[in-house]
Amino acid sequence: MLKVENLSKQFTLHQQGGVQIPVIPRLSFSVTSGEAVAITGPSGRGKSSLLKLLFGSYIATSGSIKILHEAEWLELTNISPRHMMDVRNKTIGYVTQFLRVIPRVSTLTIVSEPLIYRGVEVSAALLRAQNLLDQLNIPQKLWHLSPMTFSGGEQQRVNIARGFAAHHPLLLLDEPTASLDDENRNRVMELIREAQKNGSAILAVFHNEDERHLVCERDIAL
Amino acid sequence: MNGLLTVDNITKNYGSRVGCHPASFELWPGEVLAIVGESGSGKTTLLKCISGQMDPTSGSVRYTKRDGEQILFQNLSEAERRFLMRTDWGFVHQDARDGLRMGVSAGANVGERLMAVGDRHYGHIRKSAADWLRQVEIDVERIDDSPWSFSGGMRQRLQIARNLVTAPRIIFMDEPTGGLDVSVQARLLDLMRGLVRNLGLAAVIVTHDLAVARLLSTRMMVMQAGSVIETGLTDQILEDPQAPYTQLLVSSVLQV
Amino acid sequence: MSGPHYNFAYLNEQTKRMIRRAILKAVAIPGYQVPFAAREMPMPLGWGTGGVQVTAACLTAEDTLKVIDQGADDTTNAVSIRKFFVKTANVATTEQTEEATIIQTRHRFPETPLKENQILVYQVPIPEPLRFLEPRETETRKMHALEEYGVMHVKLYEDISRFGEIATAYAYPALVNDRYMFDPSPIPKFDNPKLDQSPALQLFGAGREKRIYAIPPYTKVKSLDFEDYPFTLPTWEKPCAICGSKTSYLDEILTDDQGGRMFVCSDTDYCRKNQVAK
Repeated sequence: MLKVENLSKQFTLHQQGGVQIPVIPRLSFSVTSGEAVAITGPSGRGKSSLLKLLFGSYIATSGSIKILHEAEWLELTNISPRHMMDVRNKTIGYVTQFLRVIPRVSTLTIVSEPLIYRGVEVSAALLRAQNLLDQLNIPQKLWHLSPMTFSGGEQQRVNIARGFAAHHPLLLLDEPTASLDDENRNRVMELIREAQKNGSAILAVFHNEDERHLVCERDIAL
Repeated sequence: MNGLLTVDNITKNYGSRVGCHPASFELWPGEVLAIVGESGSGKTTLLKCISGQMDPTSGSVRYTKRDGEQILFQNLSEAERRFLMRTDWGFVHQDARDGLRMGVSAGANVGERLMAVGDRHYGHIRKSAADWLRQVEIDVERIDDSPWSFSGGMRQRLQIARNLVTAPRIIFMDEPTGGLDVSVQARLLDLMRGLVRNLGLAAVIVTHDLAVARLLSTRMMVMQAGSVIETGLTDQILEDPQAPYTQLLVSSVLQV
Repeated sequence: MSGPHYNFAYLNEQTKRMIRRAILKAVAIPGYQVPFAAREMPMPLGWGTGGVQVTAACLTAEDTLKVIDQGADDTTNAVSIRKFFVKTANVATTEQTEEATIIQTRHRFPETPLKENQILVYQVPIPEPLRFLEPRETETRKMHALEEYGVMHVKLYEDISRFGEIATAYAYPALVNDRYMFDPSPIPKFDNPKLDQSPALQLFGAGREKRIYAIPPYTKVKSLDFEDYPFTLPTWEKPCAICGSKTSYLDEILTDDQGGRMFVCSDTDYCRKNQVAK
């Protein structure tokens, strides 16, 4: 599903005299479909940065990222923005704990959007969104409201629902369960296992050892 | 397969002064491209040169029509250009007074493009105008009012409705939220975002406001002193800017 | 009566030739506004200087001239212009529409149908029908060149949205020969249908704006309208109070300061003939 070879990333801060900050040193690994892999390491070692590199938010300094996109291997490090958008639509999903709140757009729309972009029928997309919101304990009375006024935990769960909605073959999870209570954390873990069972590859950063052991078969240590 | 709009080495000189160094890009259906940079960086010049508002000094703009045929904008007759610009293309000016006919009512402003393409049924024109006012969240009661009686945000929304009534495929916007206060801006941005998504429009938006670019665009082009210095996905430009100037630009705004 | 001091019909021959060239071009391109070098005339702008120059260029010693203002032969403007040509060209004049070979008019088309050997000369204040929407001359010329007339309907749209009907009652825009949008001068829209396929040559002169345009005989003139708001003619509740005509254009005349009023034909010649016939 994903092959990373000799991937490195360093920031060059031109505003500070061109100082170079290494973030990822020559990293190689691969992930296959249906596999759940944890990225581990002390904080500041670039766990989130790695996910951003894979998602295309960061530009790799050197190395290669190959992904199986629509049955073809695609090199992501030199891909055009338009193709990257297509990869994000169909292949790579990214879930963080932070919801980028879009004012005035209803929760249901936010969650169903990724499916609708992929060409799924609106009614089917809405149904999937409802199921996910239900699974994540978002009360039905909130579905038609913008999550702008929701509590932090609720916003986070809306974002998770959105991330899982489209059944992306590769899911990048950045501390998806941080600051959730036990009940909801378990729900999210269920979603992860479900996605895995459906064949998605999972690459995750957890802030909690137990969770990591609960779903992940192996680690990539940074 | 061709993009909706293919811009190839567009340049613009104002006498001996360079307005815009060679710029090239491709725009695809559903894409929103933001051109960012500070005042005087040439972004409006570039926008005007690719949208038929101004003749470029050199370079070409190709447009793929609904039937898939790609045409060279510079080869079109003036009649064909003007027709294209009031059917398949739309242009939202920074100052709504440049984009509206201030002397006639809001409804006539929206209906004008319909009449220009041959609609001769008052009832139909009136209904379309009302529908579009509703879509841009202007009270339909105001349909016969003059744009002079509208607030800045309303005028901007009216300008958008006026452009969208012929179901264009590309919309060019020059600082669409400039000069509006923040709460009005937010409302306009939400509206544009929704319209762009629901109608599958492609858009090119010139703005100096990175927050506007982040909310609306999928892709970004950064300009400095007439040159395009960086292009990429919006989140990539904002989170991992490469060029020194882009880093300065991103770091000098408040968190967006 | 004609003094020796004036060239025939006041204008010098070169000027008349220049105006005739403009008229020929105007006839060749029906509805197109031909620029011409309008001269100072011995009357103020707005008094029909454009029409007078066109008439002067068309006039021959054999012509019989009729001049009307709002349909009447005896109003100041009509009388002045008629006297002007009697003095400078010593031509025959008439008040009878059918006898005239050239009729100069302000704001009316005569009720009596015109014939092939007649020329109707209109005095025009603003020749550009698009001016209401577009103040730039460069832009209106381009709009004519590219036949971008959609905006003309904006004006009619505004009428309907404001008054529930097309309220434009005079200077009602029309399309000449399926090509040029034109302003028929401030004639009532009641007269518009008479311009269509008229056997007479119709010439329009705008002195201040320096434009001449024409509708050759038997040319299509189509008044603008909407499919659901077609062009309509005004009607009056009563016939003419003097001659009893039910088909002519009526003026409202106040008879006292107690609110007394009557409606009478604006075309004085037509009204008189009707009375005689009775």
